[in-house]
Amino acid sequence: MISAAQSFLEASVRTATPLALAALGETVAERAGVINIGLEGIVLAGAFGGLVAAWGGSLTAGFAGAAIAGVAVAALFAFFVVVLRADQIITGTAINLLALGLTGAFYRGLYGATGAALSIPTTGTTAVPGLAAIPLLGPVLFDQPAPTYAVYVLAPLLWWWLYHTHSGLALRATGERPEAASVAGISARRTRWMAILLGGALGGIGGGTLVLSQAGTFAEGMSAGRGFIAIAIVVLGRWHPLGVLAAALLFGAASALQFFFQAMSWALPYQLFLALPYVLTLLVLVGVAGRVTAPAALGRN
Amino acid sequence: MQTDLGRPRATSVLVSAAVTVGVSGAALLALWVALRLAGLDATRALAALWEGSVGSTYALTSSMLVRATPLIFTGLAVALAFRAGVWNIGAEGQLLAGAAVAAVVGLWWEPGLGVATLPTALLLGAAAGALWAGIAAWLRTRFGVLEVISTIMLNFIALYGVGYLVRGPLQEPTHVYPQSAPLPDLARLPAIAPGMRLHWGFVLAVLTAPALWWMLRATAMGFRIRAAGQNADAARVAGQIDTARTTQHAFLLSGALAGLAGAVELTGVTFALYENISPGYGYTAIAVALLAGLDPLGVVLAGLLFGGLEAGALAMQRDAAVPAVVVSVVEALLVLLVLAAARWRSASALLTRIAGGAPRAEEGT
Repeated sequence: MISAAQSFLEASVRTATPLALAALGETVAERAGVINIGLEGIVLAGAFGGLVAAWGGSLTAGFAGAAIAGVAVAALFAFFVVVLRADQIITGTAINLLALGLTGAFYRGLYGATGAALSIPTTGTTAVPGLAAIPLLGPVLFDQPAPTYAVYVLAPLLWWWLYHTHSGLALRATGERPEAASVAGISARRTRWMAILLGGALGGIGGGTLVLSQAGTFAEGMSAGRGFIAIAIVVLGRWHPLGVLAAALLFGAASALQFFFQAMSWALPYQLFLALPYVLTLLVLVGVAGRVTAPAALGRN
Repeated sequence: MQTDLGRPRATSVLVSAAVTVGVSGAALLALWVALRLAGLDATRALAALWEGSVGSTYALTSSMLVRATPLIFTGLAVALAFRAGVWNIGAEGQLLAGAAVAAVVGLWWEPGLGVATLPTALLLGAAAGALWAGIAAWLRTRFGVLEVISTIMLNFIALYGVGYLVRGPLQEPTHVYPQSAPLPDLARLPAIAPGMRLHWGFVLAVLTAPALWWMLRATAMGFRIRAAGQNADAARVAGQIDTARTTQHAFLLSGALAGLAGAVELTGVTFALYENISPGYGYTAIAVALLAGLDPLGVVLAGLLFGGLEAGALAMQRDAAVPAVVVSVVEALLVLLVLAAARWRSASALLTRIAGGAPRAEEGT
């Protein structure tokens, strides 16, 4: 029972990690008034970039490659949305299609048409001395791959930045009242560029985590909706970094329930468990309805 | 924000056709370059793309037009929703709901319904799509849940729901494969000519487009939808239009069209329910609708183009070992080029609407 609970919690944190990274990045973008549906494509590009860089170099290079791939895709999105003032939803949809096709073509082109999965060694877990020895929660929270620790640091850091620094205030102002912000001397364009690129880097690293810390390989379309889920997590977390962290963990737990019930050998169809996180997300969105407001200028150019 | 609600549509179809031809050439060229960069045989791939779409009568009728049918239906669904300011990203889930209910009708009720089986399957399939969209519509009006998020969640729920059905209550009798039993003949759409894969669903799709075009242009309902989509506040204040109700109706009708896509695909092409009955038609539909300038008649053209691309992509995978998924590069580039063209050709009201003043929900996205 203890071990079942422990593996359930470990799986929750593991599932939550890439989602939290992508969702924290999207939080920054949405706070600047940009909804980036293209996050799904950014996560996928990050996964592919991570594999390519890790194949040629080290795992550290892999994460750098993932971030660069995410930033590259995000830059294309930013060019259309900020420079050309194209619609955010439409541009994001196109970006997703583009990333799906390009990663599929390049994976096949670079690694041959044999279909044999290309695998790389993964990061493995790093136990935090002392903390990992805490019963139950120690191994769950502090014996994880490095990206999980990055999330622990990032969430409070982003919270502090958004709410306690001048540039964080400028970013939020851009997402609420861009006209007022520009009167105050803030460049909405520059702010949104930076926010989108930061979102791209984090989304890319989230995708890289899937390859470098979990799967050890790439598959066509392996983001499998995680970018979309991250966008829902941002709403669940009420556009607040710490709320987003909690929402990612909740979603991770809902996803990990299937492992738990499999371990308990309950005879329920597993598709129902696969659908559970999405049902839960809808229910929670209904629950927070009316008590949560999006940045006022979200989606507006 | 443009105000000419009743402007003639013929010119817009011409513009979108011209833009389509222009950007298609550019997108195919870009695909060729991308394939070369990826180290694949680009020329052979494009030749296979041509062969597999319009290179022969067989490819045209049994592959391209068959593939275009669900894209036209879902493209119409997305175009209608976006026109009304509803961000329905959920055509995929609504299509799956339509296919699942049509399968139930065809497999379980055929003995009782007899010759009424096929029409019932199509009607209830459309109703199921409307119902699936209705969940998101209700969440939006009642709780203010953004439909961009809810429809995407509902897509995944529908996908796993179908996955459950084909391994549970609807699984074929031997319980080996994750699919339903084949549909009885009375639940199948007939082929247009004997031995041909092309079925009457294609004709239905092509006829639905002018019907929707006429509805949007010439009926009070259509006027309300366009008004609500272009400027919800003005429509409410100056036009005395109940915009919440109007957008809800458009949302349901959009879902019905996507549900019909699923029912037609099931009864006309696959004849059995599978988990992956749709290779993302509902997502591609967004690109189809945008390329068409959200115009129902343009959707037919864009649907044919994308049907050709996807049919050709399958041939490309078979003959040139290029993964079929690369065709989505072309689809993405088409949309991006249209967006960019709109920026630089702001004289065209049609294109401006797509790029800058696209209809949106009153509570934002």
